[in-house]
Amino acid sequence: MSILKGKPDDDIKIGVYVCHCGHNIASTVDVEEVARRAKELGEVSVARDYVYMCSSKGQNLIRQDIMQLGINRVVVAACSPRLYEQTFQNVLRESGLNPYLLQVANIREQCAWLHEPGPLATEKANRLVKGAIKRVIHHSPIEEQSVPVFPATLVIGGGIAGIQAALEIANSQQIVYLVEREPSIGGHMAQFDKTFPTLDCSACILTPKMNEVARNPYIRLMTYSEVVEVSGYVGNFNVKVRRKARYIDEDKCVGCGICVEKCPWSTESEFDADLGVRKAVYTPFPQAIPNIPVIDKERCVYFLKGKCRACEKFCEAKAINFQQEDLFIELHVGAIIVATGYDVFDPTPISQYGYGRLPNVFTSLEFERLCSPSGPTGGQLKLADGREPKSLAVIHCVGSRDQNYNAYCSRVCCMHSLKYSHLFKEKTGGEVYQIYIDMRCTGKGYEEFYERVQGEHVRFIRGKLATITADSPDSETGEKLSLSCEDTLLGGLVNIPVDMAVLCVALEPRHDAEQVAQILRLGRSRDGFFMERHPKLDPVATMSEGIFIVGCCQGPKDIPDTVAQASAAAARALAMIVRGKMETGAITAAIDETLCSACKVCNALCPYGAIFFDEVSNVSRVNRILCKGCNVCGAACPSGAISTRNFSESQILAEIEGVLV
Amino acid sequence: MVALTPFKEAADMLMEAGAEKLDNCYQCGLCTGSCPWNQVRSFLVRRIIHQAQLGVIDFESEDLWLCTTCRNCVQRCPRGVEIIDIMKAMRRVITETGTAKIPDSLRLAITNIAGAGNPLGEPPEQRGDWAAPLRLKHKADSSTLYFSCCIPAYEPKVKRVARATAQVLKTSGTDFNILASRENCCGESVRKAGDENLFNSLAEKNIKAFSEAGIKQILVSSPHCYHSFKNEYSKLGADFEVLHIVQYLAPLVSEGKFKFKKEVKKKVAYHDSCYLARHNGIYDEPRRILESIPGIELVELPDVKENTLCCGGGGGRIWMDTKKDERFSDLRIQQALDVGADVLAVSCPYCMLNFEDSLLGFSNTKTVEIKDVVELICEGL
Repeated sequence: MSILKGKPDDDIKIGVYVCHCGHNIASTVDVEEVARRAKELGEVSVARDYVYMCSSKGQNLIRQDIMQLGINRVVVAACSPRLYEQTFQNVLRESGLNPYLLQVANIREQCAWLHEPGPLATEKANRLVKGAIKRVIHHSPIEEQSVPVFPATLVIGGGIAGIQAALEIANSQQIVYLVEREPSIGGHMAQFDKTFPTLDCSACILTPKMNEVARNPYIRLMTYSEVVEVSGYVGNFNVKVRRKARYIDEDKCVGCGICVEKCPWSTESEFDADLGVRKAVYTPFPQAIPNIPVIDKERCVYFLKGKCRACEKFCEAKAINFQQEDLFIELHVGAIIVATGYDVFDPTPISQYGYGRLPNVFTSLEFERLCSPSGPTGGQLKLADGREPKSLAVIHCVGSRDQNYNAYCSRVCCMHSLKYSHLFKEKTGGEVYQIYIDMRCTGKGYEEFYERVQGEHVRFIRGKLATITADSPDSETGEKLSLSCEDTLLGGLVNIPVDMAVLCVALEPRHDAEQVAQILRLGRSRDGFFMERHPKLDPVATMSEGIFIVGCCQGPKDIPDTVAQASAAAARALAMIVRGKMETGAITAAIDETLCSACKVCNALCPYGAIFFDEVSNVSRVNRILCKGCNVCGAACPSGAISTRNFSESQILAEIEGVLV
Repeated sequence: MVALTPFKEAADMLMEAGAEKLDNCYQCGLCTGSCPWNQVRSFLVRRIIHQAQLGVIDFESEDLWLCTTCRNCVQRCPRGVEIIDIMKAMRRVITETGTAKIPDSLRLAITNIAGAGNPLGEPPEQRGDWAAPLRLKHKADSSTLYFSCCIPAYEPKVKRVARATAQVLKTSGTDFNILASRENCCGESVRKAGDENLFNSLAEKNIKAFSEAGIKQILVSSPHCYHSFKNEYSKLGADFEVLHIVQYLAPLVSEGKFKFKKEVKKKVAYHDSCYLARHNGIYDEPRRILESIPGIELVELPDVKENTLCCGGGGGRIWMDTKKDERFSDLRIQQALDVGADVLAVSCPYCMLNFEDSLLGFSNTKTVEIKDVVELICEGL
């Protein structure tokens, strides 16, 4: 990349451009006065005001002055630099000036929007502009940098989000490593029975995508594996993956399933939300990809007691290998897509709902498995005593929209509650009560689905459930549940006797989200989900360059939104790979090696791991690609050896002086 | 139908009187569903909150005086609305502006407290008389105060609690002072009933009396005194160590300070009082004491600890009339009978008074004794 010339040695010629921002600034601040006052300062060659400085006409004013008047420092007095600094930097770049010879004075968010119109507001704007003028004198050109991007992508998590992202990239004939913790890809979507609002069979729409993953030559699938370490930086990540021992040789196994059939030991099936059983050697579900079983060391009697080996005796492919050990594999990738999904809320702490104590109170995920043809009851709804339930209550917002647990709305529960009503009606013809606070059916076809389910004679009770108790046993119907809450529309307490209750539990960040965040240097928002770069304008990228977040690890969302976000992240990763390089921030720390006393204080403090110690020269050095310019090191350096580019002491002091004096 | 017009001034007045979290309510009705009143009659807490939001409150309604401040709704509220503060604010507005009538029985108790320092209107100089038969040698120089609460001090049915406590403290070798006529009602229920000014003056008098007597530590029998001394007086500048008697005694019992000589062969159910349990998170100490007394078989009631069922006595309700078939204390006695308890153990004078009253209605069948936890210690000695 060419280094654009700023001309620090030339006479400094400053252009000041004051924006009206329509009425946003001009109705509070006398912008013409601000421009006039700026011009009175000796260093300022030209000062203009314009109604929208960010428009192409406004930009042209600056461009012309640079070209024709030889302006070599630019001050824009407008909105926050977070919004348009890059736009104006481009104007400088296109006009042959180094983009860092610009300073933005924020006279909108930090002035016009805060104050009453009048001379005081104008005076504050004057001061801010003067500060920017005094500062920009001390600006010098900064060299911009870019890094090469290694053409491979890591996708962490093989649920629908990870599957979609991996397929999008692989279909562009770029290499993807898909790492999944469980023995099979598929995630939560594989556990669902039907999907709202169209009631497609979840497995039927997911399985083809899973098969595509298995077939696609550009996808390197690693199941039963976890990312344990990530180092490097955008374009050049080094990733360490632990491939947990399956005790089955993946190359030899033909997936015949004889080991599973012959294994004499059973345990609860995680895939069936602990309602069903699986063997000690197992594939979690029939459509598993890869169709290679795993021996669960915690449950296998050979591992526990040293005897059995039934699977080994029957395996004709000789694929069983009790000696197998965990393998560590190093990957080199340019981009990382995180799709680690969610956990469901455990409702046990809400003791008044009786979950865990009353046998016919289920969670939403358990209900999915009870409805599923591949589930523990073959899709038949059954009570603890084996009878078919004649009535169901679906409880909304369990652990969601509740400050005691999770303050946020989990977004999918209203819709899957409606789905459960429909499925229950379809399977049993029984009575269904929805106990809800607000119905939130905001997706395409969602409101229509709500209306359809209403038409199936489902009863809606508006209120938050207070208690579930077991009624005394009734001779005809056996033990019933008794639900109590206020029907806020009736304005009275209601008691609802039902056979079965489903608690629609919150979607929560994974229990190990913090650990993953640390490995990848991701931030987390207050709700515990991974933090996006911008909540509206960049919900896919993160503050870690080259790392993207998709699906429910970023926040609760339904399948359509997850798939859309996954495709977006894939496009972002592909954009980097196709260009083959990535621009990184120019505002980075610089260490004056003559002043560095080798105390290494900065090494440990850097939140981005960007500072390392050079043992040969006995000084600390900054990796400019990793550095984000936060200046923690600069503030801590006892020798004053570190300063951050464009935030030098002289720049900051000049600005303060400009504002105050 | 008459259309209602939102009345901002009334809502603002409530906000100023302490209903600050009012706006957070999203009308889910969990408060109504959690409120013990709805086990005996309709009481739409949620609707009152919404009326308060819009400022369209019926200040004449008797509903405004129902809340026992048991805190079950506040504990569960998904939006962190301080419902007790809202109820208190409405009562405060009535008390301070005279907008509506205060229930007669409550007004009488308040007048008595204002005049005599106790709700029964008994002479202050007789406040220490409960201790007379014990021939206590008052340790006027002790920095530990035993504050009995007005009810054990005057109410004949409950005086035994104060006496048992003094006895147990003596046995444990604890030096303690009694301020008798210099004590005033703690004012906890007065405040919940909406009389902020009276509360402040009671608190001021008590803090002054305690300070003048050189008190550093206060032992109380009532969770209500505990709550006000610990959580409310401290905000008025008081600096005393406050312990409920079960908190003080539990470690002594564990250390073997008491030599139990008799077996108390009884099945005992412990009733968590709202102010000890839900308001202050004290569940284990009373149970630990009961389990240490030889012979006692501890059984649990259906609603315990943070889900405890209110006796009906908090929030000033102890002084108000409750219709015969609307008493939560009756439900609680029935629960105790259902689990086959011989004794319903309490650690709150209000609970004891309410249960003793309720028992009168159960006299013809098998019955249950009401005893303070401290009385049961006495029985074992």
